[in-house]
Amino acid sequence: MPEITFVQFHGARETLDVAVGNTIMFAATSHGLEGIVGECGGNAMCATCHVSVEPDQLHLLPAMTDDEDALLDGTAIMRQPNSRLSCQIHVTPALDGFVVHVPERQI
Amino acid sequence: MDVAITPPVSTADPFSREFFADPFPVHAALRDAGPVVRLAKYEIWAVARYDEVHRVLNDWETFSSARGVGLSDFKKEPPWRLPSLVLETDPPFHDRTRKVLNRVLSPAAMKTLKERFAAAADTMIDELLGRDSFDAVPELSEAFPLAVFPDAIGMPQGHRHNLLPYGNMVFNSFGPRNELFAEAVRDAEPVMAWVRAQSERKNLSDDGFGAQIHAAVATGELTEDEAPMVVRSLLTAGVDTTVSGLGAALFCLSRFPEQFQKLRANPGLARAAFEEAVRFESPVQTFFRTTTRPVEVGGFHIDEGEKVLMFLGAANRDPRKWGRPEDYDIARKTVGHVGFGSGVHACVGQLLARLEGEVVLQALARKVAAIEIVGEPRRRFNNTLRGLASLPLRLHRTQ
Ligand code: HEM
Ligand code: FES
Repeated sequence: MPEITFVQFHGARETLDVAVGNTIMFAATSHGLEGIVGECGGNAMCATCHVSVEPDQLHLLPAMTDDEDALLDGTAIMRQPNSRLSCQIHVTPALDGFVVHVPERQI
Repeated sequence: MDVAITPPVSTADPFSREFFADPFPVHAALRDAGPVVRLAKYEIWAVARYDEVHRVLNDWETFSSARGVGLSDFKKEPPWRLPSLVLETDPPFHDRTRKVLNRVLSPAAMKTLKERFAAAADTMIDELLGRDSFDAVPELSEAFPLAVFPDAIGMPQGHRHNLLPYGNMVFNSFGPRNELFAEAVRDAEPVMAWVRAQSERKNLSDDGFGAQIHAAVATGELTEDEAPMVVRSLLTAGVDTTVSGLGAALFCLSRFPEQFQKLRANPGLARAAFEEAVRFESPVQTFFRTTTRPVEVGGFHIDEGEKVLMFLGAANRDPRKWGRPEDYDIARKTVGHVGFGSGVHACVGQLLARLEGEVVLQALARKVAAIEIVGEPRRRFNNTLRGLASLPLRLHRTQ
C-alpha cells in the first residue's frame, strides 16, 4: 500500500499505509490522526481537511476543481499556493511517499 | 447458482406514534433482520444498517431523489407541492441549484456570521440564567434559530414564528398521509401566504442569503421564477431542523451531566458536542429514494421504481459501525455519521447548523455550572424529524 506521511504543525511526523482509492482525509480520520477533522465526511463542504503538499509533489495530483478552489477560501488558516483538501485526494500507487503538512487549526 | 431468496419482512410502522415514542428497539430489529428489509405496511424497502444507508445515499444514479424523497412517488401521483429544486432533483439539474447554495452557505460565508451568532447566544444564555426555570424548547432551541436565521436570510422583522408550522408541515409530508400530516397541514394553512411572500426579492434585505440567491438570476444560474423557490427551500429546511438539533444537544447535555462537565472543562469541544448530539439523536430520521433500475442490495433483488426508506437514525447507532453507540460521548470521532446525509444531497446548511450549535454550547460551557431537568420532557412527533415539544430546565450559574 502507498505510504503517506503527515507532518504536524509542530513537526511530528507519522506515516500511514493507505489503501489505493481511499482519500487522505479518510485515512487520517479513521486512524485517529490529530489535525485533520473532516467534519462533512468528505463531501467537499467544510474545508476542515485542509493540508498543504510539498511543492515538488503538487504535480502528482489532478488539478483541483472550482468547488475545491472556492472551499479553500474558507479554511481556518489562510490557504497557501500548495493548499489542498485532503478529502479530494484519492490515493494512487503514484502517491507512494507523498507528504502532507497539517495546518495549526482546522476550525 | 441463482436462488430467489425471500427478503426479511417487518410489520413495523415507522410513522406511528408508538414508534416515535421509542424508535430504538425497532431500529435494532430492522438492522438485525438484514441489509434490506421489506416494510409490509407500506410495501416499500428499508435500509437501517450504516453500510447500506451510506451506499444508498452515495449512489444517486440508482437511488434517485427526483421521484420524491418522501413516501409518495412523483411518477405515480402528482407532487402535493412544487418539488424542491435542490432536494428533489438529480444531477445534473440538482448541481446547478446546489452550486448557488454551496456558495451562499460556504465556510468563508460562515466566518462573517460567527461573531454575530456568538453575541446572540451569550445574550440569550445570560437572560435565561436570570430565571428560576424555563422551557428550553420554546425559550432556547426555537428562540435561538428564530433570532439568528431569519436575519441571516435577510427577512423583515415580525411573524418569524410562522416558520415553525411551515417546516413542521413540510417535514411531515415526507411520510404517509396520516393524522400527523393532516394536523400539520391544518396548522400551517394560515402561514402559507406569509412564507411565500418572504421569498420574494422585494421583501428581502440587500445583504442576506436571500438576496445572494436572487443575485444568481443576474448571473444566469437561476431563473426569475426559481430564485424565490430556492429561498423557500432554505426557509423550509433551515429552522425546524436546527430547532431539533439544538433540542437534541440540550437534552443530551442535561441527561449526561459528566459530558457537560467535560465540555465545561474544555469549551473548545462545543462543536464536537453538537455533532455528537446530531449523531446520537439524528434530528432528521429518515428520507426516501426511488430506484432507477433493478439493483441488488446485500444479496436481495430490488426492482426498478421501488421506494427505499433510509433510516439515518438507525445507521448512526449501528453497532456494526460505532463503538458504544448508545453513549453520548463528546470525545467520539463522529466523522462519517449520516445525520446530515452524505453524497450529492448532503445537507448544504450543515455549516450553519454547526455554527448555531457551537455558539450556544460554548455560551453554556462558559457561563453555566450545571443543567438540571426540572419537569417531564415531552417529545414532538413528526414523520421525519425527531424533536421535543417541551424540556423544562434550570441553569445553575458558574460562580
Ligand atoms: C441540525 C440541523 C440539520 C440537519 C440534521 C439536517 C439534515 C439534512 C439531511 C439529512 C439532508 C439530506 C437530504 C437527502 O439526502 O435527501 C439535508 C439536506 C438539506 N439541508 Fe439540512 N439539515 C440541518 C440544517 C439545515 C439548515 C440550517 C439548512 C439551511 C440553511 C439546511 C438546508 C438543507 C437543504 C437545502 C438540503 C438539500 C440539499 C440537496 O438536496 O442538495 N439544512 N439536511
Ligand atoms: S472533509 Fe469536508 S471538505 Fe474535506
